[in-house]
Amino acid sequence: MIIELLTQIIFWAFVILTVGSAIVVVFSKRIIYSAFALLFTLFGVAGLYVFLAADFLAASQLLVYVGGILTLIIFGVFLTTKLHGMSIPEQTHQRYLAIIPVAGIIAILFYVFFSVDWFAHASAAEPTTKDLGKLLLTTYLVPFEVASVLLLAALIGAMRLARPREEDQDD
Amino acid sequence: MIIPAEYISLLISIVYTAGVVVFVLLFVLLCNWLERKISAHMQDRLGPMETGGWHGWAQPIADAIKLLLKEDIIPAAADSKLFRIAPYIVFMGSLAGFAVLPFASNLIGTDLNIGVYYVIAVTSIVVIGLLMAGWSSNNKWSLYGAMRSASQMISYEIPVALALLVPVIAAGSMSMNEIVQNQAGGFWNWYVFKTMPFSLIAFIIYFWASLAESNRAPFDLPEAESELVAGYFTEYSGIRFAFFFLAEYSDMFVVSAIAATVFLGGWHAPFPFLSFIPGIVWFVSKAAFLVLVQMWLRWTLPRLRVDQLMHICWKIFLPFSFVNLLLVSLWVVLKG
Amino acid sequence: MNFAPVLLFFAAAFALVLISLILNRLLAPRNPYPLKLTTYECGEEPVGSPWIRFNARFYVIALIFVVFDVEVLFLFPWAVNLKTLGMFAWIEMAVFILILSVGLAYVWAKGDLEWIKPKPDNYLPTQESK
Repeated sequence: MIIELLTQIIFWAFVILTVGSAIVVVFSKRIIYSAFALLFTLFGVAGLYVFLAADFLAASQLLVYVGGILTLIIFGVFLTTKLHGMSIPEQTHQRYLAIIPVAGIIAILFYVFFSVDWFAHASAAEPTTKDLGKLLLTTYLVPFEVASVLLLAALIGAMRLARPREEDQDD
Repeated sequence: MIIPAEYISLLISIVYTAGVVVFVLLFVLLCNWLERKISAHMQDRLGPMETGGWHGWAQPIADAIKLLLKEDIIPAAADSKLFRIAPYIVFMGSLAGFAVLPFASNLIGTDLNIGVYYVIAVTSIVVIGLLMAGWSSNNKWSLYGAMRSASQMISYEIPVALALLVPVIAAGSMSMNEIVQNQAGGFWNWYVFKTMPFSLIAFIIYFWASLAESNRAPFDLPEAESELVAGYFTEYSGIRFAFFFLAEYSDMFVVSAIAATVFLGGWHAPFPFLSFIPGIVWFVSKAAFLVLVQMWLRWTLPRLRVDQLMHICWKIFLPFSFVNLLLVSLWVVLKG
Repeated sequence: MNFAPVLLFFAAAFALVLISLILNRLLAPRNPYPLKLTTYECGEEPVGSPWIRFNARFYVIALIFVVFDVEVLFLFPWAVNLKTLGMFAWIEMAVFILILSVGLAYVWAKGDLEWIKPKPDNYLPTQESK
């Protein structure tokens, strides 16, 4: 009984952590706070993955999003000049046009939310890594290899963009 | 009255966690004293001799009390919110690694199925924590130290992960306990000696890269005293400083303990006839030995430059780990 | 699969920091004055803000890291299955690693891994000259 109650409390704590920090990310006036608040959002999502019995995904969330992408974002913020007191432009452009994609995303999220039987998946708490690997190497072989090409393209493209301008002319 | 098994296991977990915390604190005190004595003797000095009598053994205790009693200073220019949060993040990320360390066959916080992977993942939290510390201090040394630290830690994460894959392949599992169990029977069964010479190369790469990941010499540029004062925690003082210090030393133990687990047989004895000695003794002494090697290296080797650091990581460790990984996996496949 | 102890370790670390800070608040003196709260700059008055535009090198390294980080993510599920899947899995991963090695070779050749880019004048005579 108490264990179930505790689990519930922890689950809601993770939900509040995720949503609360996400609100800070979106509404913070200082971009550096947004970046650091993202740490708690990503950590909270990793916690929610654990509740869904997706252990490998939870650790990957930390490894790739916190370790990789968030570090990249923070480095990117450090690259912006005059960081101190910099405010994000608050004007919104094309407000009405934006409704269409946002509504689309919300519709997809709601569809997924209601179409998956979350509790059934979470109760089958089995290690996922082995099965994941097997699926990747057999059924989803082509997407897996394509992913490497995608990563390669991303690397080369990003490097090309990140390189200083004057060198581009040398190439 | 029957107490449900769940309550008991929860209680055991809480007691175990508290035990590990006490262990970490004691270990850091001991290490602090040892590091001073070792550095002193390597430089023909004596180190602390007064406090507590015998060779100044009580010096770290006195220091810990001093840190607790010191005034908590937050610089006026600092971003006080992030400045206060950062020690929590760094210490949490650092202590979380202990959750999967198998001190003995049944002494493990939780034998996660993704054990090795989990340890690599939680290290990422520390990176963000020290970036937070460095930025919020609003101090040039801090920010430089944090940037160097972060880029160094993320760079060396790749060779560390690739080296750790070698025992994972050999064991066919990422669970810490399973990896240790596969190394039973004597030191010739330890993964560092199996599939020679690939595993030995992996072990060496892991150990060197982990020195960089825990910001230890010769990779201690983020805290290069002569140029960056104390790196990302320059502005921290008193008890907040203590937690960065604690995190650094507990990181030393974690990386050594992982090396001991996945390469050096964990809690197994080197010879079967020595297995009457409890596993925890073997585990801690193996990890402690590697910690001593880290200290030895720190006071022996000169510090690298930033460009050398990046050169070693991306142009030496990375290609070597990839080739090593492919060869060892081919070996495992061919042997069936 | 049991993540409860992981949460306990996080909680224990948090509690330890919190308790120590509370103890510190109770025990330590508090006597701040402006001079004490100045930013440390080796005894000098701090000049300029440290929050400046940073060297883009750090960003480039982080970019390269993200790509290899994702690769590591794929390697772990592969590693646990290697023994059961055998040669086929090995070839698949060899192709995967080979494709990404092209990326490493590219950034290497383009000099993105160099930390300090010397100007042509600084080159030693033995190296390529302008």
